[in-house]
Amino acid sequence: MACDSWSAKLDAYVDGELSSSESKAVATHLRECTSCAAYALGLVQMKRSIAAAGKRYQPRPEFREKIQKTIGSKRQRGGSWYWKIVAVPAALVLILSAAVNLYVDREKARRERVYSELTDLHVATLASASPVDVISTDRHTVKPWFQGKIPFSFNLPELQGTDFTLVGGRVTYLAQSPGAHLIYRLRQHEISVFIFQDRGDETAALASAPVSRLSFTVEGWKKNGLRYFVVGDVGAQDIESLSKLLRDAG
Amino acid sequence: MEVPDQRVSAATFEELALPLFEQLHNFAHWLAQDASEAEDLVQETYAKALRAFSGFQLGTNFRAWMFRILRNTFLTSRTGLKSTAVSDDEVETITSTAPNPETVLLERADHEMVRQALTELPVPFREIILLCEVEEMSYEEIAQVLAVPTGTVMSRLYRARKALRALMIEKFKGAPHGV
Repeated sequence: MACDSWSAKLDAYVDGELSSSESKAVATHLRECTSCAAYALGLVQMKRSIAAAGKRYQPRPEFREKIQKTIGSKRQRGGSWYWKIVAVPAALVLILSAAVNLYVDREKARRERVYSELTDLHVATLASASPVDVISTDRHTVKPWFQGKIPFSFNLPELQGTDFTLVGGRVTYLAQSPGAHLIYRLRQHEISVFIFQDRGDETAALASAPVSRLSFTVEGWKKNGLRYFVVGDVGAQDIESLSKLLRDAG
Repeated sequence: MEVPDQRVSAATFEELALPLFEQLHNFAHWLAQDASEAEDLVQETYAKALRAFSGFQLGTNFRAWMFRILRNTFLTSRTGLKSTAVSDDEVETITSTAPNPETVLLERADHEMVRQALTELPVPFREIILLCEVEEMSYEEIAQVLAVPTGTVMSRLYRARKALRALMIEKFKGAPHGV
């Protein structure tokens, strides 16, 4: 038999309806009073039995459909245009924006990867004892040198009247694809120009405007089935002027 | 915030009300004790609620609101009117003989016995026990469904539990494997 003073509170206690201070008081009492503890245990067991036994009746699937139609049809009649005009485009916008963001993020990551690789190529080549395999300031010497070494041909710009000079060239690879690596000089700076075939894959990562990465500036574009990348530690403006010369020549 | 637009309210209503379908149906069946009557109750509840939804204040307890509509629908039905015609004396008789919860008894009691005891409980007791134990509603929520103060919920729940225990002990004694 539960103590009279506590029995009413025990129901609220097992139902989790007491304040935290009241709960503490009951909990303390239960540790000291076996009859109240037994009573509370009985209440908990009864709660469990009822909860299990009480979930008894399952609706027929047809009845569920009927209800769904009753409350759903209203929306269709009154709100179909509303859904089409507001909700569907809104949902589409959400899906599209998510897809776009994902795409942009992926492209950004891919571009980062390509640019990082090109910058590495640029640095590694300049650090090498023989950065170029064909040493010539003459584009008419450099261009034919690549013949038979890479599966495409390209045009190089006339540099007369500009601050750029051609140093030479070598064969390079990006994503298992052979390409031309040309080195230009501007004042004391060396600038790499990479030319690859446009395969629509890794080399497709481009930035329409010069992108600064670490202390390097990279610009890329696509023309006549070729991908061009210009990498150097000069300012964006210089990269842009060399890019323009190459674009005009290509 | 009141829902001003009929179209929005219909859409919102479905989103809010449909997840309660199974709970409402179970509760209706327990109240009416009849499958087809339970379906009628649920259908009427949804119809009434949909009509009244424009007046529903978003932010207040929707589940309590729906259960309240269901309960009122039941109470005004033929079965409901009959079931509530239980005098206070009768309820008092049930509860006065109630012993303490006996853990041994409850351990042995099977679901069917609990169900039978629940079925035999007067509606005011049955409904409050179902709302508390099966629907796991707070006293505050139950108070909203039953439209009574929380204090009444506490005292009625206490008496309902006593009555259920009394019924179960009766059944247990009557059972072949009883003590």
